[in-house]
Amino acid sequence: MTSARLLEYFVFLALVVALARPVGLYLARVCQRERTFLDPLLRPLESVLYRILGVHPEQEMTAGVYSFCFLLFGVGCALFLFLILMLQRWLPGGPADSYLTTPMTPDLAANTAVSFATTTTWQAYGGENTLRYLAQVIGLVAQGFLAGAAGLAAGFAFMRGIARERSSTIGNFWVDLVRSLLYVLLPLTLIGSLILVWQGVPLNLAPYTIAHTLEGKTQIIAQGPVAALEFIKNLGTNGGGFFNANGAHPYANPTPFTNFLGMLAIAVLPASLMITLGHITRRPRAGWVLLMVMVALFVLGLAVCDRAETAPPPQLAGLHITGGNMEGKEVRFGLGSSILTAIVTSNGSTGSYNSMYDSYQPIGLLALVIFLLLGEVVFGGLGAGVYSMVMAALVGVFLGGLMVGRTPEYLGKKIGFAETRWIALYALLTPVVVLALTAIAVLANAGRAGLVTNSGPHGFTEILFAYASSMANNGQAMAGLNANSGFYNITTAIAMLAGRFGLAVLALALAGCFAAQRRLPATAGTLPNDTPTFGALVFGTILLGGALCFLPALALGPIVEFLRH
Amino acid sequence: MSAPNTPDEPPHATRLREQFRPAILCVLVLTILAGCVFPVVLFAIARPLFPRQANGRLVTRGGTVVGSALIGQEFTRPEYFHSRPSAAGNGYDATSSGGTNLGPNNPKLTSGAADFPGIRQLAREYREGNGLAPDAPVPIDAVTRSASGLDPDITPENAELQIPRVARARGLSEDAVRRLVAGHTQGPQFGFLGSPRVNVLELNLALDEMR
Repeated sequence: MTSARLLEYFVFLALVVALARPVGLYLARVCQRERTFLDPLLRPLESVLYRILGVHPEQEMTAGVYSFCFLLFGVGCALFLFLILMLQRWLPGGPADSYLTTPMTPDLAANTAVSFATTTTWQAYGGENTLRYLAQVIGLVAQGFLAGAAGLAAGFAFMRGIARERSSTIGNFWVDLVRSLLYVLLPLTLIGSLILVWQGVPLNLAPYTIAHTLEGKTQIIAQGPVAALEFIKNLGTNGGGFFNANGAHPYANPTPFTNFLGMLAIAVLPASLMITLGHITRRPRAGWVLLMVMVALFVLGLAVCDRAETAPPPQLAGLHITGGNMEGKEVRFGLGSSILTAIVTSNGSTGSYNSMYDSYQPIGLLALVIFLLLGEVVFGGLGAGVYSMVMAALVGVFLGGLMVGRTPEYLGKKIGFAETRWIALYALLTPVVVLALTAIAVLANAGRAGLVTNSGPHGFTEILFAYASSMANNGQAMAGLNANSGFYNITTAIAMLAGRFGLAVLALALAGCFAAQRRLPATAGTLPNDTPTFGALVFGTILLGGALCFLPALALGPIVEFLRH
Repeated sequence: MSAPNTPDEPPHATRLREQFRPAILCVLVLTILAGCVFPVVLFAIARPLFPRQANGRLVTRGGTVVGSALIGQEFTRPEYFHSRPSAAGNGYDATSSGGTNLGPNNPKLTSGAADFPGIRQLAREYREGNGLAPDAPVPIDAVTRSASGLDPDITPENAELQIPRVARARGLSEDAVRRLVAGHTQGPQFGFLGSPRVNVLELNLALDEMR
């Protein structure tokens, strides 16, 4: 069993690394508007879309205009989704009203709209008892594509900023948006969704099935166009599932293969973007170094979580119960596919969990929370993961430059006063938002009222997890926290907006600064950015920076829970 | 439309006001593309290709739907293999998926509460129901609740311990039941994905056919 589990981990990482180069080079062509093998099919459609949308593809945008469009589009998507959700009772089709037991209140609709428009897809509701089929498809499936494509566009613009020289512009947002959708998300999702249906994910608009079980009881089975959502939720690094139990639901994720495919959908594009970055900045080794830092952090987290979850739960010692921690895990995934998924989704900014994190051992949980708090540097959100990782590398460059007295430079771009300001603001935003909101929730009665299932340090972890997940635009939850209240719907939405737009605007501003510079040749005075030593520096910076910001909070949550029991 | 440009630079947008029109159109048109055209194309291709899967792999017997091969259901009678305990609604409620969400150190998880049997009690009942010694080892999936509350599978170890009870209740030899269980045991998919498992509903249907 152990060997099968380790083999699955190994094959997963090997595939991600093996696919990084071909996929990364393809993404570079999409980013730079070069010819791809899909052009004969898609180029005419692309031109027609520009005409319909009133987009002038040759027009370039400064970082400021680009950010404004990114923001405008996000707000537009959120408003539109809010309308669909508020009006869903008038949408035709199933499921019957009697099953929709959670009312779509304005604060829940607003939270859900912000959540899906920011790729967070935090879900304060259970899909099968809240949403109509058409709201799931026209609202949530569409947002899976649109928000995912907007994220990829921002990632493209950020990379272009580093790649360009003496340029006042970083691309055209609408072009990046349309190209991400047409050349990346739509074709891959069509293929992926077909595989899901083949493996057993339902795709229908039927009423909930009334079954008469072998023992003569009645079982009502929720149905729906599940397969339309389940692949794009991972590929767009959204994560919000069709059903309450998300990736654990046997209709959403029927086989270990659908699960594995979903994990690849989350990780491959963000990992490949590191190669894209290296390619378009003509420093391919620098891209590989960042990818290897990701892989190293991933393996570290996987090892910690694996050790905590596969050991027989210490709480059950003496009860003669055999096996690792299976509370809140599914038999078809077993321990291995559950742990791998937990680590992938916590990193990939995608909350499509297939096991319940509330029931994880404190140290297993610690690994997951740390990845959320580090700001999704490993793989990360589609597009957003690029600047998460590069920002971490830039902090490393700055520290390294201070230590050895060399000019701080990254990929030939100087890190001067203006650049440092954006980097510092970026690095501070996550800890400030997450810790402040956690503190408010712990102090407020309305915040503590959410702790309906667990209390003490575990309850504290639930709250910290909620804000870390929202800020990271991840969306996975420790579901014991009752988050469908005015208080949580509003405060988590604040974190989601800060995590999506706050971080993107800062990253794009930095990209604008870089684009205006010329590229400096490497000299004896520069700290090389493409060596294993540099990788080790970035690795250390990420862990050290994370520890400095979050160790006190973690000590109050999972660490004290571990020590006390 | 475009700003006056320096000779070496492409035209670029300066006025933010010009961006509202593409923003509104992108939200609407791309929503239609991704939220209407894409699902319709997917329906048109996938449903004819995989009709059984698209309808949720429903299982019928004698004309009535008895469940879905993918969705677990509750079994309490001794002549059936039993599924795992479930936290979905009042147990295997397929309109309300979910787990216990109890922390591992929450005393309720092990010791239980009113209307909620803890792991300790579940283990005792499992041993009594299957005629096992009070300190006999029990596989953990038999006494824990899954994430969805709809887990259709149990581990082969769990099934093995239930064989004597089922065989006795049905007047079958243990070997015959064991052979049936072996025939319904799936290894890891493609040899390395996931864990070995036994689909409880399919196994119980096959048992009923043996009569």
